[in-house]
Amino acid sequence: MDNLYIEEILEHYREPLNFGKLDKFDTSSRQLNPFCGDDMEIFVRFKNNAVEDIGFVGKGCAISIASASILTDYVKGKTKGELTKFSEKDMLSLLGIEVSETRKKCALLALAVLKDCF
Amino acid sequence: MKKDFPIFKNKINGKKLIYLDSAATSQKPQVVIDAILEFYKTYNANVKRGLYPIAEKATEKIGKVRQEVAKFINAINPEEIIFVRNTTEAINLVAYLVSHNIKREEGIITSTMEHHSNFVPWQQLALKKNADFLVLDIDENGFLDLDSGIKNYELRIKSAKIFAVAHVSNVLGTINPIKDIIKKVKEINPNILVLVDAAQSVPHLKVDVQDLGCDFLAFSGHKMMAGTGIGVLYGKKHLLNNMQPFMFGGEMIREVNIENTTFADLPHKYEAGTPDIAGIVSLGAAIEYLNSTGIENIQKHDNRLIKYALQKMEKIEGINIYGPRDLDRRSGVISFNINGVHPHDIAQVLGNMGICIRAGHHCAMPLHKRLGIPASARASFYLYNDEEDVDYLIKGIKEVKNIFSLI
Ligand SMILES: Cc1ncc(COP(=O)(O)O)c(C=O)c1O
Repeated sequence: MDNLYIEEILEHYREPLNFGKLDKFDTSSRQLNPFCGDDMEIFVRFKNNAVEDIGFVGKGCAISIASASILTDYVKGKTKGELTKFSEKDMLSLLGIEVSETRKKCALLALAVLKDCF
Repeated sequence: MKKDFPIFKNKINGKKLIYLDSAATSQKPQVVIDAILEFYKTYNANVKRGLYPIAEKATEKIGKVRQEVAKFINAINPEEIIFVRNTTEAINLVAYLVSHNIKREEGIITSTMEHHSNFVPWQQLALKKNADFLVLDIDENGFLDLDSGIKNYELRIKSAKIFAVAHVSNVLGTINPIKDIIKKVKEINPNILVLVDAAQSVPHLKVDVQDLGCDFLAFSGHKMMAGTGIGVLYGKKHLLNNMQPFMFGGEMIREVNIENTTFADLPHKYEAGTPDIAGIVSLGAAIEYLNSTGIENIQKHDNRLIKYALQKMEKIEGINIYGPRDLDRRSGVISFNINGVHPHDIAQVLGNMGICIRAGHHCAMPLHKRLGIPASARASFYLYNDEEDVDYLIKGIKEVKNIFSLI
């Protein structure tokens, strides 16, 4: 818990990857996390059933923004089949930090929005 | 003062406990914990039914605490004190009572600064009854803006059934001039019922229901050092007498026939089932502790601490502090944000240092929308806090800025 704010997470928070709306996208979804007031929208473009490009916009805490940054980078090139199989547990291990029960909502927000995209 | 509270004797994860979340719930002094223990160890029995000594002692104790509560808020009659679970239950109970005799064209008034407990029950009642729902705004200092309300909505105030309003805001710390507000509203509409949400005021300042002139007043024991699960609804006797009970069952009846039932007198009419006896005992002990400390001294102490804290916080760059600047009209609550950092990250960094503050919307989403922010961080003080706690808070905020490279 003490090393939640490791440099890698903070860098993703300060300069998130794939931040911004896509000009052309096939699908998008937006969710609010009423617990924190986080607000996240993800845009996805597919090619041959795989993620060709992805972007997100939103406001949130360091954990939710870093998760979105890391997740959107990870899923590029992945097929829809691979994404369906990607679980909450996979998301938490991708994030690589130990999050408490209350912060799991933040860590999993991006994944929930992404899953909602298809 | 901390020495009276055993929780501060222990280290939590190897760190000293810096508890700055008393607006959520308060810590308990040893005397309250002892009173609960003593009840369970020496006179645990159900009340009213038993004819043996410990049942009589428990029953007598409840009556005594009811008197103490009445005295504490200067109610005329102990029968006007109804024991409930918490503020939320007390307000919902009043909403239920009102729902039976609200007439068509009669509206409901509340404000943007309310805790959800004093907002959602009224909004839902209005929706159910298709009644006019007027939400009064706040001014730029965080006080209820009654004057604009009266100017713009006099007719709606004239035709309202009930006005439900917070005495002290759990986010802004605003101490509303509630006596004056009630007077003005009743001048416009003498028949309006006024409910005061006193969850944040009864633990921190002198509240006198007769002086305020309210019809109902609600508060929670757990915010004033009693146990969780005990709260109080004060209601004027003639109003409570003329309303229908909410829950039916044991303890609240006079006579039950196959065809019908007559109900018990106040306050039992509204207290169906076995009460939280240990909770009531703890409330008695908490009030005794509050009386021996002196509620005026607590108010002065809270005030000294927020002055000390605000003076230091205002010097921190990139911090936004909400609520009244007139510190004599502000209770021991400070909500704030740091530019570029989500309040949850503030609370988490502080939490890792052993400093307990709260982050989120504090059950006041309409107020946060009104302030134009999704969430805030909140530090709140009570009689066991001191300047050293504030120094820790400042150190914590600086650490947040450090971690997020904002220096
Ligand atoms: C102003 C106000 N009203 C109502 C409540 C609800 O109190 P409880 O949760 O004890 O019912 C609170 C507690 O947070 C409060 O601060």
